[in-house]
Amino acid sequence: MAPSTMENYFGELAALLDRSLAGAEIYNARLDAERSDFVRLNRAQVRQPGTVTQIYLRLHLIDGRRHAEESLTVSGELSRDREAVLAALARLRATLASLPDDPYLAYATEVRSSRSVRSEALPPAEQIVDVLLDAAAGLDLVGLYAGGPVYRGFANSLGQRNWHEVATFSLQWSLYHRADKAVKSVYGGFEWDASALRARMAEARERLALLARPARSLEPGRYRAYLTPSAMEEIAGMLCWGGFSGRALQTRQSCLFRLNEGSAELDPSIGFSEKTVEGIAPAFQDEGFTRPPEVSLVADGRMVGSLVSPRTAREFALAQNGANASEAPESLEMRGGELRGDDALELLDRGLYIGNLWYLNFSDRPACRLTGMTRFASFWVEGGKIVAPVDVMRFDDSVFRLLGRELVGLTAERELLVSSDTYRQRSVASMKLPGAVVREMAFTL
Amino acid sequence: MQTLASAFGTLESDADFFTLRVVDEEAACYAVRKDVPQPPSFLSDRGAMLTAYAGRGCGYAATSDLCPGSLQAALDRATAWARATAERSLIDFRAMPRPAPRGSYASPEPQMPARSQQEWYRLLGEESRAAGCDPRIVDWEATVETRQGEHRLLTSTGGDIVQRYRFVMPGISVTAHAAGDTQTRTLNGYRGLAQQGGESMLERFAFVGSGRRVAQEALELLLAPNCPSGVTDVLLMPDQVILQIHESIGHPLELDRILGDERNFAGTSFVTTDMFGTYRYGSELLNVTFDPTIPEELASYAFDDEGTPARKVYLIRNGILERPLGGALSQARARLPGTANARADNWNRPPIDRMGNINLEPGDATLEELIAGIERGVLMSTNSSWSIDDSRNKFQFGCEWGRLIENGKLGSVVKNPNYRGISANFWRSLQRVGNASTMQVLGTPYCGKGEPSQVIRVGHAAPACVFADVDVFGGEA
Repeated sequence: MAPSTMENYFGELAALLDRSLAGAEIYNARLDAERSDFVRLNRAQVRQPGTVTQIYLRLHLIDGRRHAEESLTVSGELSRDREAVLAALARLRATLASLPDDPYLAYATEVRSSRSVRSEALPPAEQIVDVLLDAAAGLDLVGLYAGGPVYRGFANSLGQRNWHEVATFSLQWSLYHRADKAVKSVYGGFEWDASALRARMAEARERLALLARPARSLEPGRYRAYLTPSAMEEIAGMLCWGGFSGRALQTRQSCLFRLNEGSAELDPSIGFSEKTVEGIAPAFQDEGFTRPPEVSLVADGRMVGSLVSPRTAREFALAQNGANASEAPESLEMRGGELRGDDALELLDRGLYIGNLWYLNFSDRPACRLTGMTRFASFWVEGGKIVAPVDVMRFDDSVFRLLGRELVGLTAERELLVSSDTYRQRSVASMKLPGAVVREMAFTL
Repeated sequence: MQTLASAFGTLESDADFFTLRVVDEEAACYAVRKDVPQPPSFLSDRGAMLTAYAGRGCGYAATSDLCPGSLQAALDRATAWARATAERSLIDFRAMPRPAPRGSYASPEPQMPARSQQEWYRLLGEESRAAGCDPRIVDWEATVETRQGEHRLLTSTGGDIVQRYRFVMPGISVTAHAAGDTQTRTLNGYRGLAQQGGESMLERFAFVGSGRRVAQEALELLLAPNCPSGVTDVLLMPDQVILQIHESIGHPLELDRILGDERNFAGTSFVTTDMFGTYRYGSELLNVTFDPTIPEELASYAFDDEGTPARKVYLIRNGILERPLGGALSQARARLPGTANARADNWNRPPIDRMGNINLEPGDATLEELIAGIERGVLMSTNSSWSIDDSRNKFQFGCEWGRLIENGKLGSVVKNPNYRGISANFWRSLQRVGNASTMQVLGTPYCGKGEPSQVIRVGHAAPACVFADVDVFGGEA
């Protein structure tokens, strides 16, 4: 595929930086850009439609063992950006003069260029939204369309060039029955298919009908539960909050440090890995290091690895493995189990079907104890059949229990859950997760 | 910025009404972690959003390219969105306000000289060295983010607002570990110290010397027992009261939540439009204001991002719910009075209903009197965990630091103090409110909401407060 305008721009920018260094200076440059359409929907109508074109350049200047970085917005037209970029370079150069050496400085010195482009044309956002709203006729739909190209680039003064370009779309919507009773659906990817969207809407309509049944309020207590992949995403998301971080494990701040030290355990069927090769995130990190196809984190219920940034590697004498400074997974995969997804309700028999969880946080981080709420389509199940929606419940339980001795089994089928995060920019993170049946889950409120 | 005003004058459009909102912010982040100066990072973030009304519709387009041609292209795109969605628009924008506000705002201490990079590293280095005082302390960090910016709003009706901001946000975090447990103590939470103005705030919060103080408290927590479980009185210090206000008053009163805009993401609200004017939200001691006039508070401003002039109003008075947090658009949709709180977190996101400064007005008791009035209870300080349902009702919050209170006196330190409750009942158990001597002007730069999502600065000023009969508990045995 021919280079896009953005890729050409980044190449010109890197060439400008190459020409502008002084002495033994080294630079790393990272580009994060997107042209996104966002259409916000409420009551099956359009609430806020818009388009955002943003280009952020992160310039990292190194001289000896001193270094600093600046992020700046640029226009995408080098003739207009030249002055601002050179001014940023000059500011960084002046900053470096007064800094001490950094013992943990690390940057890529082996040139490993790469190029990954997946940019099939999408229909205009206006057209996609029309299809969605037509399919939702008569329903109380609220949601968001987000779509368009996302660009990630890396360049350094050693000549390394990495380019990652994807054009994706994401439709997330909720169909409301009343108050907080709703069904949430997601449809997204690279190739738009109106019939696939209509099929998802039809599924959501069917599920919405179940919410019309009288809701059941449960007393606090311990209940058998089935967590769908979407609910598991929230739990895995909490583990990603420093849990797999090499630095957090070394300093015992990770919620998994007891697992790492062997004083806590998970069921032997539990496995997690950072599987870049099957995700949609770039295969390179901010300092230019490439990511291995897969980093095993938990295997057979034991901690076997962590995500180590180049800086953490220097500090703790570990091997870096392509992690960014946050050391959070971007393409997390959880091993599947042996349950057939269709059998999950039958195995649950009597208990809670949890469609989604919401607003999780730690109630005791070293114990990996989480609290959070049920949300959207969650149901009471008897005899393996859904009998009633449930009013929202708060859980407070440890992952070491839920995915440890209380785990009945994981589904063989796993769902690819593309991150819907749009804070500051559209995320390219994803997770691939199974559902889980647990013997007991503690609900407190 | 003057160039942009000129460029705005040359824009051509057949839209009924349009605006240009430009955000230009610069920030510097310095940190010393485990006595090692971390490399500094700087931010220069500048961009524009064009918004257009055309017929029943409204659209926006944002760009980081500020040349006249790109601004014109963005205006054309915004207008095209307005026209393309006019027939499906939730709001009939023909009836919406088209303001022409003119004015300005500036953070306090605009002339106060900024500390140099070397001075920041020296100060943070001293606090770091003081914090790393014990082999059980396994990680520690002293940080600061300084930020300044100019926000400008121009409207096709002749409006022109310039607001200049300056922020200082220092932090200390210390983690101690021993015998299989880890405890982290911070200075008012992660970025829990954040104010407008210059560096005089460092003195107000006694930042110098805080490294050692925070480290000692982390070590105390390591030796402390878990908070006991049971129903008891709770004394929340201001750095936890602000979280309680934020989650169980601020968010549920956001009018766009009440109108359903947020139901797919941030959630709805247990508050409905018919409650305003009559609903008893809390005890008679509960007085909550939207107050953009406290100079150092994080979300003080003269106009919101749609150009509505900002003024102090009561949201809850003597426990009765008076008005929601809704900007001009939401007010027109709901036919309710509101506040000047249509805010965007940056140039690349559109304004939505956000908290500004949401404050709990002081009562009459000193801290000593609050403690003396508790026969048996727990003092809790500094939020560490927050979780609440999507209607903003069932909550569970955790704090870094607890102390038992017995017979009106402070007792031993306890770790992992947590409590849970229901918003609709909790504020009615407000038993006593601290006076102005217990107040702190705090806030957070990280309030998340919206589709597409936004993270924005909000302010909260609060006194210490006592709540009766709260369900409290600690960590795992």
